[in-house]
Amino acid sequence: MCKDCGCSIIDEIAIDGNKINNHTREHLHPEIEKERDLTNGHSHEHQKHIISVRQGILDKNDRLAERNRGYFQAKDVLVLNVLSSPGSGKTALIERMLRDCASIRMGVIVGDLATDNDARRLRSAGAPAVQITTRDACHLEADMIARAIKKLDLDNLDVLVIENVGNLVCPAAYDLGEDLRVVLLSVTEGEDKPLKYPTMFKTAQVVIINKIDIAEAVGFDREKAIAFLQQMAPQAKIFEVSARTGQGMNDWYAYLQSLSVKG
Amino acid sequence: MHEVGIMESTLEIALEQATKQKAKRIHEIKMRIGELSGVVPEALEFAFDVVTRGTIAQEAKLNLEIIPVVCYCSSCDLQFTPTDLFYECPRCHQTSTNILKGRELELASLEIS
Repeated sequence: MCKDCGCSIIDEIAIDGNKINNHTREHLHPEIEKERDLTNGHSHEHQKHIISVRQGILDKNDRLAERNRGYFQAKDVLVLNVLSSPGSGKTALIERMLRDCASIRMGVIVGDLATDNDARRLRSAGAPAVQITTRDACHLEADMIARAIKKLDLDNLDVLVIENVGNLVCPAAYDLGEDLRVVLLSVTEGEDKPLKYPTMFKTAQVVIINKIDIAEAVGFDREKAIAFLQQMAPQAKIFEVSARTGQGMNDWYAYLQSLSVKG
Repeated sequence: MHEVGIMESTLEIALEQATKQKAKRIHEIKMRIGELSGVVPEALEFAFDVVTRGTIAQEAKLNLEIIPVVCYCSSCDLQFTPTDLFYECPRCHQTSTNILKGRELELASLEIS
């Protein structure tokens, strides 16, 4: 087990620095009730039996995510859940979007393990940004989003971008209520990344290949990467960009614009 | 990687159900885990020992049923268990995105007394 991800041993998260109780551990560990002998010495063994439960472990998260989704629809906000490995350029991509797209009103929720560096970067790019400090939790959950959106004025937003914690495994299992799951892959990660993380790529609506300005220098095999993506995630729309130079970003903006036009 | 959290949520549901039945002990927890659920069975087992400590499930056995991926190809009207990473239909060789089974992550049953 990864020691970076002991998610639920964490009792509190922080939203913009304000600590909030999250998973409370105590109620999971009640003292074993002392079996009191009420039978005056008679043997009184309870009979073993099986009860059927059939409950999804993530049902609660899924319900909260659906509630978020309904709320976002009512507010007419397009919501993106941006996912990638650490260092693929999620923050740089969002920064670029904020600087280039003055016509789209964007807000950001940023999940990070410890710092609020990303939120500060994004605020300086001109967007309302809320930081969720997960304190070692490896993913964002729907209830964290429900609390964070209270800090944003959704009536005055067209697009809400959620920057998830850098991780291609755990966040795949947690629906946040987004419209689009956007998975970022940078050319430095190798063209076979989609093969290694099927759960993530098979649930993506959009895959953005980032850092294409240095593709040649790192020996990135573009054809192979696209072929892998088309096989692994035939449902996903693929964009190739450089968040640093701006190359390819216009196609992505045009796509976003086509989805976020308010009626 | 998030197996501790998953196991805690599972135990929470199990304890709630067991309490409802006025159980004194949980002897076995049976879970159904899809191959695409994103959790590693070994990590779940490790987490299970940690999170059950000091609860009525302390001595319980964890029984994991692994559910293989099953896809559906609409062109061929065929359900199939993929043999490759891309979920190619064995008949028409198109990649299927219609995943019927394999995402399960559920608490199936409990043995209590």
